[in-house]
Amino acid sequence: MIAVDNLKMQFGSEEILKGISTVFEQGKTNLIIGQSGSGKSVLLKCLIGLLKPVGGIISYHNKPTDQMNLQQQRILREEIGMLFQGGALFDSMTIEENIMFPLRMFSNQSKSKMISRVNEVLNRVNLDGVNTKYPAEISGGMQKRVSIARAIVNNPKYLFCDEPNSGLDPKTATVIDNLIQKITHENDITAIVVTHDMNSVMEIGERINFLKNGILVWKGTQEDIFKTNNQDVTDFVYSSNLFKKIRDVNKISS
Amino acid sequence: MKYLGDIGSYFLMLKRTFSGFTKGDVLRELIFKEIDDLVMNSLGIVSFIGFFVGGVISLQTALNLTDPIIPKELVAFATRQSIILEFAPTFISIIMAGKVGSFITSSIGSMRVTEQIDALEVMGINSLNYLVFPKIIALLTYPFLIAIAMFLGIFGGLIAAVYGGFVSLDEFIRGLQEDFIPFHLVYAFVKTYVFAFILATVPAWHGYYMRGGALEVGKASTKSFVWTSVLIIFANYIITQLLLS
Repeated sequence: MIAVDNLKMQFGSEEILKGISTVFEQGKTNLIIGQSGSGKSVLLKCLIGLLKPVGGIISYHNKPTDQMNLQQQRILREEIGMLFQGGALFDSMTIEENIMFPLRMFSNQSKSKMISRVNEVLNRVNLDGVNTKYPAEISGGMQKRVSIARAIVNNPKYLFCDEPNSGLDPKTATVIDNLIQKITHENDITAIVVTHDMNSVMEIGERINFLKNGILVWKGTQEDIFKTNNQDVTDFVYSSNLFKKIRDVNKISS
Repeated sequence: MKYLGDIGSYFLMLKRTFSGFTKGDVLRELIFKEIDDLVMNSLGIVSFIGFFVGGVISLQTALNLTDPIIPKELVAFATRQSIILEFAPTFISIIMAGKVGSFITSSIGSMRVTEQIDALEVMGINSLNYLVFPKIIALLTYPFLIAIAMFLGIFGGLIAAVYGGFVSLDEFIRGLQEDFIPFHLVYAFVKTYVFAFILATVPAWHGYYMRGGALEVGKASTKSFVWTSVLIIFANYIITQLLLS
């Protein structure tokens, strides 16, 4: 579980996050949604420590990060898996070396054991046999899956995903979404997914946080999002023609 | 004010580079890879330039010595002094600022743009130690390149002067041995180490702290070449003043 209390972030004089307070539950896929520029990615970067917030508290299992010593911070980082928007695979390494990288850095396992673990996670993301390929030699969807494999190779307790299906076709996006949810449930991890894709909300949105202009304006579940009267949320949800049509059809049939 | 901030961030980068060390076996592998990328891969261009510029220095000196009173040994003497004192350490380092410097800036800059540096940080790896420290250690072998440039420069000078018919082999060898001051070699290698440190760290700073996309990576590489060259020339002046005057 990750709790955020009154989190504030600003770049220069521009306030990006204006006092966000929420809880990301363990064993659930927690979504952060909102329009571009709403502060979703900044919130994610604050959570994983890439940005230092100007105010507020972030707690991992009730332990505030600003009270952790260096050793505790190091251990916490080893418990984090991250799926970047572009995959962020090391392009000078093969797929096998990419996935093995966290194992090499943080464990003293033999090479054969590491390779066996790499094959295990590659199988987990349905990508057997790509070990010797380089990231540039595989498709975007495959790169995302490799990135997921690298994120989970060390059995993380927390999985962060920044726009996991941006730039992917709807079918591959669904595969990635389902994979994230499956891994979250099977390993009982806390998954936090930043997205503005309503299909993802429908697929994996167990807990949803809606951000607008750096303010958390709504939180709820997948079912709640279609019942809410919050104007900002309904504007966001029904900005897609598909969802508008579904709503109109439902109105007519009821 | 911006320059002061940049200088501060450069020294903070150095502080972080020498802390939070990467796991030993990974670091060792990275250092060997960097030696290959930065030093061994430059062997060809350094040899080529060293040989031909040595030849040109020798030719220019010979062609300008028209007074019969001036001994012909001076051709070898001038070639040796020019190459050991300035050409090999300084001129080659400026060429390396273009080759190695832009390589360092663009490779680190591309990693920044594609979030690979963020990925390292999220994993709890000190990205500066992981990326920059191996380059600094690898460039400790940089004087090896300069020694080769010195040797080939003088050899090129010998070939040009002797086979061009300007001096005899005996006269050239005598000129090479004339008034040789071993401290000049110490001076040359001291400044080579300083240049190596500049070559590893200044382009790394430009790559690591760049912002933007692919176009900015190109701009950062150009800026890195300019600033690395400026700092090499400035350091050259200071070291010469300190050690030779």
